[in-house]
Amino acid sequence: MDWTAAWVTLRLALWTTGILCVLGLPLAYWLATTRFPGRGVIEALVTLPLVLPPTVVGFYLLVATAPERPIGQMLAAIGIDRVAFTFPGIVLGSVLFNLPFAVRPFTAAFQSVERRLVEAAWCLGVSRWRAFTGVVLPLAWPGILTGLVLSFAHSLGEFGVVLMVGGNIPGVTRTLSIAIYDEVQALNYAAADRMALALVGFALGVLTLVYLLERKGLRR
Amino acid sequence: MWKRPWLEVLIGLLLVLGGCRPQETSPVRPLEVQVAAAADLRYAFETLRERFEAAYPNIRLKISYGSSGQFFAQLRNGAPFDLYFSADADYPRRLIAEGLAVDSSFFLYAVGQLVVWVPLDSPLELASWDELAEPAVRRLALANPRHAPYGRAAVAALQVLGLHERVRDRLVLGENVAQAAQFVASGAADAGIIALSLALAPEMQRRGRYRLLPSDAYPPIKQGAVVLRRAAIRPEVWALWRFVQQPEGRAVLRRYGFFIPDSTAHADGKPWTGLPPG
Repeated sequence: MDWTAAWVTLRLALWTTGILCVLGLPLAYWLATTRFPGRGVIEALVTLPLVLPPTVVGFYLLVATAPERPIGQMLAAIGIDRVAFTFPGIVLGSVLFNLPFAVRPFTAAFQSVERRLVEAAWCLGVSRWRAFTGVVLPLAWPGILTGLVLSFAHSLGEFGVVLMVGGNIPGVTRTLSIAIYDEVQALNYAAADRMALALVGFALGVLTLVYLLERKGLRR
Repeated sequence: MWKRPWLEVLIGLLLVLGGCRPQETSPVRPLEVQVAAAADLRYAFETLRERFEAAYPNIRLKISYGSSGQFFAQLRNGAPFDLYFSADADYPRRLIAEGLAVDSSFFLYAVGQLVVWVPLDSPLELASWDELAEPAVRRLALANPRHAPYGRAAVAALQVLGLHERVRDRLVLGENVAQAAQFVASGAADAGIIALSLALAPEMQRRGRYRLLPSDAYPPIKQGAVVLRRAAIRPEVWALWRFVQQPEGRAVLRRYGFFIPDSTAHADGKPWTGLPPG
């Protein structure tokens, strides 16, 4: 087992999930509660990574974040001077690629919240923020958790974008999925087997958890 | 029922775990050298790494293996490698021409050889090269000639042997020569044209047999290395650069079937001054 790669993988998944939680929840709430003409386009953009090959996402990310491009300069301003072959780079790729895995369950969860309950809370003189944290979040919670767990699990196994953007640099961008690829090329099937088994076991556990949570959500 | 503290705990945990970094403030952190090595060096460099790290206990080598052309493209885009061992001499020279590598650091560290490799149970006897065009060879594995020097050499050899047209539809291209070797070692391909340095690794010898291709069938695979400019002031990088040119390093490469060029850039035994040359 390549523990360095396991650690890189875990950090990648946690960062991805954390960022998707912060960015994805407002985006999903906005999509779920607002009606405007261009909504379909936004929803399509959010879902796009689901159907695009990771190589396309990785390629555009490399091109768009080149130091001479505006996005590259913006990133440099916040301290990320390079996206290619760096850890922040693979986090960025992973966030983009996992967007639908978080935002779609979030949106569905917010949409399933009975609008009248929220309005009743407002009528009772509760602030919008209190209504959100006291009514919307508790009701949408199972769906939000599903989105978080799915994006966490999916980013653990992310391969294409990470290889494209990160290369294969030990301790920096070599995640477990890339370490497996590397060990297979080295004909070190035993090591590849151990890491693959760990990922399968983990993914199975996580998905089981998701379905248990969903059932719990339905029962309520 | 929903318990609100869970949300805070989860988000807090994500932020804390996501933000922490291991051992970054440890005072006795070993020096690290990031090496980009051509895939034909995969086994040779694992042995070399052991020898080197035994000789320099405070230096750790972090080696990535891949096709020379891919590393060249990555290095041009700022990939954080310190030392680049290509499977040809051209890519390192182009890095020097672009100002990315230290001019005086270029040296030829090895000359590689090509073999035809078949699994143990293959019906091929490797008595004549024409066997490669037999129907038993449904898939012939090579490295991708677009960015792997060993792939280019393999295509050249097939052309010289008059086989290229006959086997063209059966070629399967590995991303690099180690992947081509893996294709054939796993039985996915029936034969492969790979580096001798891979065929000599115990992992490969266990699984098959090989025959050297005549060295006049392809241009010599002269393999060059350079130190990247971004690493030029770090003595630990030059320690590895020197080690590969010293008798111990050369012996390892020779063991993996490489010819060692006599005229490496710098002769053995030259005292190490701690400064980059030139």
